[in-house]
Amino acid sequence: MMTILNLMYEFFKTGLFSVGGGLATLPFLYEMSARHPEWFSNADIADMIAISESTPGAIGINMSTYAGFRAAGIPGGILASLALALPCVIIILIIARFLAKFRQNRLVEGAFYGLRPASLAMISAAGLNVARIALVNMEALTNGAGLGEFFIWKAIILAVLIFIGQKKLKWSPLIFIALSAVVGIIFKF
Amino acid sequence: MNSLLELYWTFVKIGCVTFGGGYAMLPILERELVDKRGWTTMDDLRDYFSIGQVTPGIIALNVSTFIGEKRGKVKGAIAATTGFLTGPIIIILIIAMFLRNFADIPEVQHAFAGIRVCVCVLILQAVLRLWKKSVVDPFTLGLYIAVFVLHAFSGLLPVRIPAAVLVILSGIAGILAARHKNGKAAGKEAKGQ
Repeated sequence: MMTILNLMYEFFKTGLFSVGGGLATLPFLYEMSARHPEWFSNADIADMIAISESTPGAIGINMSTYAGFRAAGIPGGILASLALALPCVIIILIIARFLAKFRQNRLVEGAFYGLRPASLAMISAAGLNVARIALVNMEALTNGAGLGEFFIWKAIILAVLIFIGQKKLKWSPLIFIALSAVVGIIFKF
Repeated sequence: MNSLLELYWTFVKIGCVTFGGGYAMLPILERELVDKRGWTTMDDLRDYFSIGQVTPGIIALNVSTFIGEKRGKVKGAIAATTGFLTGPIIIILIIAMFLRNFADIPEVQHAFAGIRVCVCVLILQAVLRLWKKSVVDPFTLGLYIAVFVLHAFSGLLPVRIPAAVLVILSGIAGILAARHKNGKAAGKEAKGQ
């Protein structure tokens, strides 16, 4: 019981202070593994980064589930994840109320005038980050293998096909995600 | 009750396919929430993403809470958020119990290399979709370029500027620029009279 409460407290704190995306939880996780080596180790964090890249869900949620399970079984896994999400939910509920009241306010309007392009820029940067792993081979630049090696051609062809397919077919993005997984396995991406 | 269940189930589905830091979620949210169900608009979604950058917690989670709140107040927010968490929690519990080396299985690696390609395209489409309404004049274009360069190439800078700081500064710049613009417009009107 104490373990679960302690877990929930630690992950609540992490949820409260990690601003802006999953990787922001990493410094807190490293701190936690130093204080509670029985929950998870630094190597577990590295594994979890790999797992989080290949499963849905953010690293913070995944780590809280994993650590909670290790420390206190299935209830531990569920409760630790809920504790991580709780501060975020509370804060957004407050902001949602505020936003409904002040949406037409000149200051809020002005802030969004700046926030929109900034937020779009960050989405673009996130896209670039994924593209850097998915579409090109950065190592080819440093070992002088030339441009032919730099581009991962089968990935680029798939990307173009998905882009055209989405425009023409109007299928749900979920179908394209599933198809990409199958193509990835068949053509050994 | 039924609508809460629908809310929960919709976000279970969304939570199961949110790869790539939540941004690839945007086209999926657009399809599931704007086109299919009419629960929100693309403009609102975009604003939720902006707010998600400055508030604690994962952006995808923030967006779930916002839409849940809009549909069904506190209960709706809880339904949407727990729905969003359901898939990832079950997947990680299974991995923790049975598949310690999940990420090392070759088929898993190939499948997710394929999914990453799709995520790139989904994010590109989200950006193209939002471009027209976000980048509307020289000020917003300049701000877009500045934030993109500072954020995407933060590794090359001597000090790493946290995303939250960039967002707060952009908000302040927006307030100042909007005031300046309105001031000018008011000036012109006064001259015209």
